[in-house]
Amino acid sequence: MSTRAISRLDPGDPGTKPAVSLTGVSAGYEHNVVFTRLSLDIHAGQFAGIVGPTGCGKTTLLKIILGTMPAFSGEVRVAGQAAATIRPGLVGYVPQLGSVDWSFPVTVEEVILMGLYTSGRVWPWPSREERRRVRDLAHRLGIHDCLRHHIVHTSGGQRQRAFLARALISNPRLVVLDEPTSGVDIKTQHEVLHLLGDINSEGITILLTTHDLNAVASHLPWVICFNNGIVAQGRPQDIFTADILTRTYGGDIVIVRHEGHFLIANNTPLRFKGDAQ
Amino acid sequence: MEILLEPLEYEFFRHALLAALMIGALCGLIGVYVILRGMSYVGHGLSHAAFGGAVAGFFLNLNFYAGAGVMGLVAALLIDRITRSGKVKLDAAIGIVTTAMFAFGVAIISQARTSGLSFEAALFGNILGITHGDLVVIGSVTAVNIAAVILLYRPLLFSTFDNEAARVFGIRTGAVHLIFSLLLTLSVIASMNVVGVTMIAATLIAPAMTARMITDSFSRMLLYACLIGAVTGVAGMYLSYIFNVASGAAIVLFGALLFCLAGLAKLAQQKFALSVTLHRHGDLIHSHPHTEAHLESGKSAEDEGFGTPKPREPARKPL
Repeated sequence: MSTRAISRLDPGDPGTKPAVSLTGVSAGYEHNVVFTRLSLDIHAGQFAGIVGPTGCGKTTLLKIILGTMPAFSGEVRVAGQAAATIRPGLVGYVPQLGSVDWSFPVTVEEVILMGLYTSGRVWPWPSREERRRVRDLAHRLGIHDCLRHHIVHTSGGQRQRAFLARALISNPRLVVLDEPTSGVDIKTQHEVLHLLGDINSEGITILLTTHDLNAVASHLPWVICFNNGIVAQGRPQDIFTADILTRTYGGDIVIVRHEGHFLIANNTPLRFKGDAQ
Repeated sequence: MEILLEPLEYEFFRHALLAALMIGALCGLIGVYVILRGMSYVGHGLSHAAFGGAVAGFFLNLNFYAGAGVMGLVAALLIDRITRSGKVKLDAAIGIVTTAMFAFGVAIISQARTSGLSFEAALFGNILGITHGDLVVIGSVTAVNIAAVILLYRPLLFSTFDNEAARVFGIRTGAVHLIFSLLLTLSVIASMNVVGVTMIAATLIAPAMTARMITDSFSRMLLYACLIGAVTGVAGMYLSYIFNVASGAAIVLFGALLFCLAGLAKLAQQKFALSVTLHRHGDLIHSHPHTEAHLESGKSAEDEGFGTPKPREPARKPL
């Protein structure tokens, strides 16, 4: 990995052209407006996470940024281009692992190669150069041993790395990940977020969504609290306050700080059938 | 041997055999995408729509393939258009569009029954009906499909595996889906005379499913499905001749038999693998592979890196 030093608290370089820029964007579905007049800049080199409750519009926001869903109004630009016309290879995307068909007959190598499928080569089989790139990247991400394995025969961490490799193989400037920490154990979460930090230190902008506030607090330098609009954004230590998180999630959020670490929990007591009112 | 050579003396059988060989390979190839894209019911529906078109075409004095082709393509485009908004699901759109077109054909036939008109061959397949013109159509469609699958291998594979990600990565998934629907329609129409409308779905699905049983690799699955389809077509045609049954039924039954055999082989393989790895350590019965080194040390592969294992019997005791 490159040793280019980017402080883990660096919110990106506001002086550069934004990697993602939303201006006055309204979006949603028929009969359901998810957010209105949203403006957001993700600067080049930023490592940012979007947190918020289920159904708050995180996935819709990602779809708008990725250009797979049109906005009702407003302007969406990715690396200076309109989101709907992004040049292939400019943006890498890692879907939620829960949406992947694990019975599909593909190996880890074939999954990674898909990231090069818009490079212009027509023939089905990979070129020597493509194979070399896959091998090199697999070595960097520590999945070279399972390149020939069927995807279902890999661990949660290997799967996440395989899909991350697919996103990185075309040398994108922005990588978008939809809940990369869901469905994996706490050790794998830690490894994945560290890996993303390393990738970010090479200058690649990272934008992800997650439900795991504690992992975000300890790994991400910039957080956007989202609930049908931006509630707050900033460094976790600045915006992970009971007030902001309660406004984001509702309920009664408790934050315990200990030696620079956070523990965030919902303090709303569980009520069971038969409990006294 | 004689039983294999004897029917080859007849020109109609040579035609039918060649047609079944090509149709089997074609349906095997396209069938891989059909099952992985969750479009099994589309193939079934399109064949019914094409049947309606073939009947209508007959009464308009059109070529069989012209009537079936126009109606099949219209059905494919209509289904694509209706489902694009996401309001109507694929199975519902197929149910409406293709059944209506099939009903149109049935209505015409029921009117014309007095004139002795029969479409049994189109419904169940007929080896007697394969003409030189049919062979040209089937050969052309097979060549077009093979060329398209080679040239579109990458976008087809990516959009089949993960359509949303493929779109993000710059693949025009809508165009890919439309092209595939047209390829499927052509395949269905070319197969109608050999396999019959009612059997096409199984001809598309069985070789691909059998291939899936024996490989985890996509490219190998394509190759195996083609080969299995071709073998099924040829074997089915001989069975049709020998037992005097409809060619479509014979092909489908042979395809189903191969699928069952592959399933049983897979099951036996899994049982065998389990019997090799299932073992007992004292009162603990479990399953995981042991290497020679582990057997000597008394540690399992899963123990590596997780501290000192509990004392256990050094040698494996098969159950």
